Amino acid sequence: MRIYAVYNIKGGVGKTTTAVNLAYLAAESGLRTVLWDLDPQAAASFMFRVKPKVKGGGKALIGGKRPLDDAIKGTDFDNLDLIPADFTYRNMDLLLDAAGGGAGGGGGDAPGGKPARKLSKLLAPLADEYDAVFLDCPPSVSLVSENVLHAADVIVVPLIPTTLSVRTLEQLADFVAEFNGRKPQLLAFFSMVDRRKKLHREITEKLIVERTEVAATAIPALSVIETMSLERAPVAVYAPKSSAAKAYRDLWAELRAFGQQPSS
Amino acid sequence: MTPGLAGFIASGRDEAAWEQSVVDVLAALATEFEVVPDRGGEPARAARRTLLDTFDWRLYRARLTLEYVARSVGGEFRLADHTVTTTTVNGVDGARGVDRPVAPSLITQPVTGWQAGRPHLMCEVPDGPVASRIGDLVAPRALLPVVTVTTAATTHRLLNQDGKTVARLQVERPVIGGQRSGPPAPPSSSMGGSALPAWGGAPPPPRPPPPPPRGPRLSIVEVRGYPGQARRAARLVGAAAGVTAAEVPTFAEALHALGRRPGDYSNKVDTDITAAQPASQAAATVLLRLLDTIEANVAGVLADTDTEFLHDLRVSVRRTRSALKLFGDALTGAAASGAAAVLTEEDVAFFAAEFKWVGDLTTPTRDLDVHLLDFDDTARGLNAAKPDDLEPFRTYLEQRRRKEFRALTRGLRSARLTELRNGWRARLTTIKDGNPGARGTTVRSGQGRQAAGGTTGTLAAERTRTAFAKVARRGAVITAESPAESLHDLRKRCKELRYALEFFAPLHDRTAQAKVVGELKRLQDCLGEFQDTEVQIGEIRALATAMLAAGEAPAVTLLAMGEVTAGLVSRQRAAREDFGRRFAAFAGIDGQRRMSALLRGKSGDGS
Repeated sequence: MRIYAVYNIKGGVGKTTTAVNLAYLAAESGLRTVLWDLDPQAAASFMFRVKPKVKGGGKALIGGKRPLDDAIKGTDFDNLDLIPADFTYRNMDLLLDAAGGGAGGGGGDAPGGKPARKLSKLLAPLADEYDAVFLDCPPSVSLVSENVLHAADVIVVPLIPTTLSVRTLEQLADFVAEFNGRKPQLLAFFSMVDRRKKLHREITEKLIVERTEVAATAIPALSVIETMSLERAPVAVYAPKSSAAKAYRDLWAELRAFGQQPSS
Repeated sequence: MTPGLAGFIASGRDEAAWEQSVVDVLAALATEFEVVPDRGGEPARAARRTLLDTFDWRLYRARLTLEYVARSVGGEFRLADHTVTTTTVNGVDGARGVDRPVAPSLITQPVTGWQAGRPHLMCEVPDGPVASRIGDLVAPRALLPVVTVTTAATTHRLLNQDGKTVARLQVERPVIGGQRSGPPAPPSSSMGGSALPAWGGAPPPPRPPPPPPRGPRLSIVEVRGYPGQARRAARLVGAAAGVTAAEVPTFAEALHALGRRPGDYSNKVDTDITAAQPASQAAATVLLRLLDTIEANVAGVLADTDTEFLHDLRVSVRRTRSALKLFGDALTGAAASGAAAVLTEEDVAFFAAEFKWVGDLTTPTRDLDVHLLDFDDTARGLNAAKPDDLEPFRTYLEQRRRKEFRALTRGLRSARLTELRNGWRARLTTIKDGNPGARGTTVRSGQGRQAAGGTTGTLAAERTRTAFAKVARRGAVITAESPAESLHDLRKRCKELRYALEFFAPLHDRTAQAKVVGELKRLQDCLGEFQDTEVQIGEIRALATAMLAAGEAPAVTLLAMGEVTAGLVSRQRAAREDFGRRFAAFAGIDGQRRMSALLRGKSGDGS
């Protein structure tokens, strides 16, 4: 089982769009796939028309009272399941801290300690059932994101082509480099690229050449992608021949090949 | 990732009625769901589905159905568990619950590289949820492709108010000659099947006339996380006109077209003999049934599909030899009667000797099979030695088995065996098909021998009583000091008694029979443990000597074999200590009463 976390500290960079499309393409390629919508805004759950509700809320799930398996919903697509969001996920930091023994647990809240690895433990039992797990993460630097980064084999980072995006990527790489033991791989890619803007063109072209962790595929800013929330389906479903669908297919191919490289 | 299915059949008389049923079902579902056809209602590409089971139908008998569904890339195992058929729904205000039928639970497992056309041992089945569920049940047998059917399915998605698919309706129609069908065709043309698998089985019986054509199969497929909606959809389909629950499994028609039925092989001696029947006919019937089993297993042994073909063949040969000993004289009654001179006493002696030859032919390979089947457990049970220390022993066993197996196949392919099979069948068939002259004929002088020419009831009572008396007499004189041979001899007498009980089972009261056989089986297990360990100890010593002579015995391997032997000695001692208790439970006063009740009850024709 390979775990892909779609993550960026910033919001509005296309994380959910990426997670939904890549998870769909992974499933379409024959991998048994599950997407966990960790964002209390529940955009991924909305895209798959699944009610953002988990029995017992995040507390039962994170606390281990209810197995993750119980919360899984089948999507409309073969090989693709979803663990929906729940509004209680807004308190997930507290839940993870409590479940990991951090609150009064005697030192469990040290960096990379038990609370930071709780998600990883919760996901372990799914290994028999799934080949690929996608985590759609809320934008923040928090215990949730630390958990996600520890659980992931590959961190997929959507970047908007701005000068600050390089700084964001470097910060993330530094943070991951400090992990003890196993470290996830980083694959960034440019998202919402407007080829008409000179700055977008220059930044994407430069960084794709200069940085090995930046994917060759860039996802263009296209209205067909924006209509996902109206269609409530992955792009490849309602516009299979669009350039957007092709771009996501290329990105998935690159990610899959990248994911098969040994971890650093 | 599909949790469950509920199946139905459109049960009308013709295509128009079936299609109307499908329309009615869609209308019923539309009252609670938005119904959307997948792919614009076009059937998907035809799917090839292969029913997998062991030669002796272990999955079917455990109420499991395993199929392999071929996909464009790889395929999938689908294991349906039919063990829970109803659920109790609580009544209102404490009223008594109501039993409702439930769909079989379904476990799926993607699989790549599966060759659907050949048998696979469990060690070749990829790990996964299906393999975990069936592993202990199937091993050491192989999974065989029993029959393959090709169907084309149309799928309708059932949506909730959010437009989310919460269940699916699948309409499956058989494929005829590469074309998707409206009306189903006769199963022989629509259901491709493997008529005579090369890996086992007797020649198939002549194909029976095809069953009446059936309508499309309708299934409600649950979407994970939405079980309530699937149940609601299944209720709506079940209540629609012209639809019945699919009691007939999907593959039943295809099997029927091949002249087969689920569970059509068993190594049990199940016959329909009656107490009033002439003894000669019953004897021939039992022996023909045993010959069927022997012949059904020959191909599987030759193909080396799994070890149990040889085991079943050997058991049937042993039963044949015991039957000849128990009531072979009943067959010669036909000759004495003045009717067709079918078998003389010399003939019976000849056939008994020939079956001993077959039995002896199979012994070396089977003994090595037993060692190899137990090998992993034995290796895991080592304390001082490491499991790997035994590996040279395994290699040696495998080499020896290959050699012995070649000798076995030469014997099984020989003209001698063919003549034995054909000659034996011809004689038995003549006797079975009628020689009323055998009734009431005295074959030999001497008390008890008159039964051979009488009715089956008389024969059964007399021979079973004698066999029991032998066991009781010989067991009673065994003491702690008795040699191993005396226990071995008692084991053989117990087997004869057990076979007598099995051969005449249709004449006995089931409960009385179960009580006697239950205690006898426990005694046999004890004697079997004693004797098998005795044999294995001797064999391991002989094999160690042979390995040493061949220069293939590392010291660590010999030490490990020594530890295995010590373990066997300990097991043998425990069996010996247990013997007295087991024998008393079977042949003591209570045991004698149980046997008397069995023989008095429905064991004969009033004798």
